[in-house]
Amino acid sequence: MNKLNGIKLRHDKGTKDCETAEFPLPKSVIVPMSQHMGAPCECIVQKGDTVTLGQKIGDTDAFMSAPIHSPVSGTVTDITDFLLANGASCKAVEITSDGNQTVCPDIAPPEITDRQSLIAAVRESGLTGLGGAGFPTHIKLNYDTVKTPVDTLIINGAECEPYITSDYREMIESPTDIIEGILLVQKYLGIPLCKVCIEDNKPEAIKLLQAKTEDMNSIDVIPLKSSYPQGAEKVIVYSATGRIVAEGELPVHQGAMVMNISTVASIYRYSRTGMPLVSRRITVAGDAVTKNAGNYFVPIGTRVSEILEFCGATEAKKVLYGGPMMGICLYDTDQPIIKNNNAVLAFKEGKMPETTACIRCGKCVRTCPFNLMPLAIESAYKAGDVEELKRLKVMLCMNCGCCSYACPAHRPLAEINQLAKTLIPRK
Amino acid sequence: MKGLYVSPSPHRASDNSTAKVMLMVIIALMPAAMAGCVFFGPRAALIMAVCVVSCVVFEALCRIVMKKEQTVSDLSAIVTGLLFGMNLPATAPVYVAVIGSFVAIVIVKQLFGGIGQNFANPAIAARIVVMLSFTSQMSGWVKPYWYSDFVDAETSATPLAAEWLTFSENGANYKMAPFTLGEMFFGETGGCIGETCAAALIAGGIFLMIVKVISPATPVAFIGSFAVLTFIYTGSPVETLYGVLAGGLMIGAFFMATDYATTPITTKGKIIFGIGCGVITFVIRTFGSYPEGVSFSILIMNLLTPYIDKLTRTVPFGAKKAERSGN
Repeated sequence: MNKLNGIKLRHDKGTKDCETAEFPLPKSVIVPMSQHMGAPCECIVQKGDTVTLGQKIGDTDAFMSAPIHSPVSGTVTDITDFLLANGASCKAVEITSDGNQTVCPDIAPPEITDRQSLIAAVRESGLTGLGGAGFPTHIKLNYDTVKTPVDTLIINGAECEPYITSDYREMIESPTDIIEGILLVQKYLGIPLCKVCIEDNKPEAIKLLQAKTEDMNSIDVIPLKSSYPQGAEKVIVYSATGRIVAEGELPVHQGAMVMNISTVASIYRYSRTGMPLVSRRITVAGDAVTKNAGNYFVPIGTRVSEILEFCGATEAKKVLYGGPMMGICLYDTDQPIIKNNNAVLAFKEGKMPETTACIRCGKCVRTCPFNLMPLAIESAYKAGDVEELKRLKVMLCMNCGCCSYACPAHRPLAEINQLAKTLIPRK
Repeated sequence: MKGLYVSPSPHRASDNSTAKVMLMVIIALMPAAMAGCVFFGPRAALIMAVCVVSCVVFEALCRIVMKKEQTVSDLSAIVTGLLFGMNLPATAPVYVAVIGSFVAIVIVKQLFGGIGQNFANPAIAARIVVMLSFTSQMSGWVKPYWYSDFVDAETSATPLAAEWLTFSENGANYKMAPFTLGEMFFGETGGCIGETCAAALIAGGIFLMIVKVISPATPVAFIGSFAVLTFIYTGSPVETLYGVLAGGLMIGAFFMATDYATTPITTKGKIIFGIGCGVITFVIRTFGSYPEGVSFSILIMNLLTPYIDKLTRTVPFGAKKAERSGN
């Protein structure tokens, strides 16, 4: 099996057997107009407007974007400038719920007859990658079939971050949605083979999906070694197919398209119901969570503070969107759940270990999936040597954090890699 | 909710630390150090203790004088002291042990910036300095188990300095080693405190490989290249094995040529480093005026390490070749 470097992590997937429950409907939600990679949406409602569940409230003509829909029925009570956890700012719509969840009358299953109608439908669904990066799904589907034909659809069910079990619950609770979604994408995009890749620490999910796809020649369910960061895009392409997505390339350049397992299931659900992405499954866990740790369907825009209160985690010292390896810290728990959040983790301890001097042990080099040399990058960064940073290929760093994790001196190597990238002028 | 910690990812760190790495090395050195005490007695323990204590004291004083954060707790000074002590004969005067520790910690390590920054292995550099400066005090090799009375102790040549017996029988020339291979393997020979017991050093080295503190690349390349050259030169498997087990080769290959700060990072670099050490050791032992060449070989390769590092960089995954120029 093709295997890149990585690290072994304690899984901490204590919520894996927690069946997904509906999170209590919040009194009000705050919906940012930027929940995806690319251009933010223009707000198309005004303060005082009445909105219904699934009604479009944000859209744009920009190519790289995805529309945003109301996660509740109720009244728009405010439209403000909002600072997101990642440091970007955008408009955000505050909607006070009327508690009825009245469905928007326009909602109807889309008519999907060919590639273009599938892509159009996926755009209308507001779907973005649910695994973390938040890449608009319709853009991913709209690859150039002549220049970059795709022969393999890779469904990413690695879920290699500790704690998170939301994709796992998707596999256990809705395997049929996943398979139907795959068949839909394969049919209209003409992708002959699909590989569903699941880390081997989820044997029940592997067994279930293998059983469901037994008589399907076009879908292979393959177990991958449980090794962080197995679910990173370039890593999973290599693990599944042995193809190397080179510097500056996308997986489609190697004939592969990677899609998160919950995303593909969402495509199918939209095709059946026409209900856009207005809520999602998240895992709530971490050692500061004192009750109700588990998986929830949460309306987009639900404030994290409500989730922490529901789960008895108000004493937390560190709160994360996503996993402990690549998750983002919240500076303020009034931040909302957005489309690409797969988990809210709350921890009692926020401090990281003290940094000491580099002893040149080379662990950072040996754990880097891309064979980068973080210790050399750190020296070059400190010297401000841009040419050296280019030679060391710092731009390839995906910020998986293996180097920082493994460093016995606890040096913030992944952070330095990101800082070093900013020194290299963009072409 | 306010008062949250905000930091860049990752938010989890391994429980590894510099002190843990150093502790592993200390544990790995214990069998050989204890063997040294068995063969050379309480004075061996005294010399090692003096070195460890002086290294720790010099390290602490240096950090205080230089107004830098205290680093004694990372245990690296203990490793240096122990290694240096193991590289002295049990008969070495205490002041030589103290002077060597000063050279190792103050001059070689701290003046160049402390842990991770030194260009040469502190214990090796100190061994060379005291060997050249106090040659007669450093040559008091005694036979194992004669420690009750050092003054009258029977001196013994080290395996590398001892003459091989030659005799002719029926027109054929024979050579006989001054020590049996069994004595060599278990360390019942004259020599420095911690270098004679190959069995204990190999056990320690394998332990460090199992706990992933060192990679097998350097020791295998070092011992392997030395053995191959010796075998080609002598044509005798006994002489080859004798050479491999003699002198500082085992302690050098497993514990000094694997020092992080002064040896290359990548496996390719470690192999080049190991082969370089093996070749230089062979050349000095065979053609040089010194019976032993391990410490010189490691010191020379230490100096080349930055260049080896530069030439043996990893090739990043998916890096475009055209742009990978100028190294």
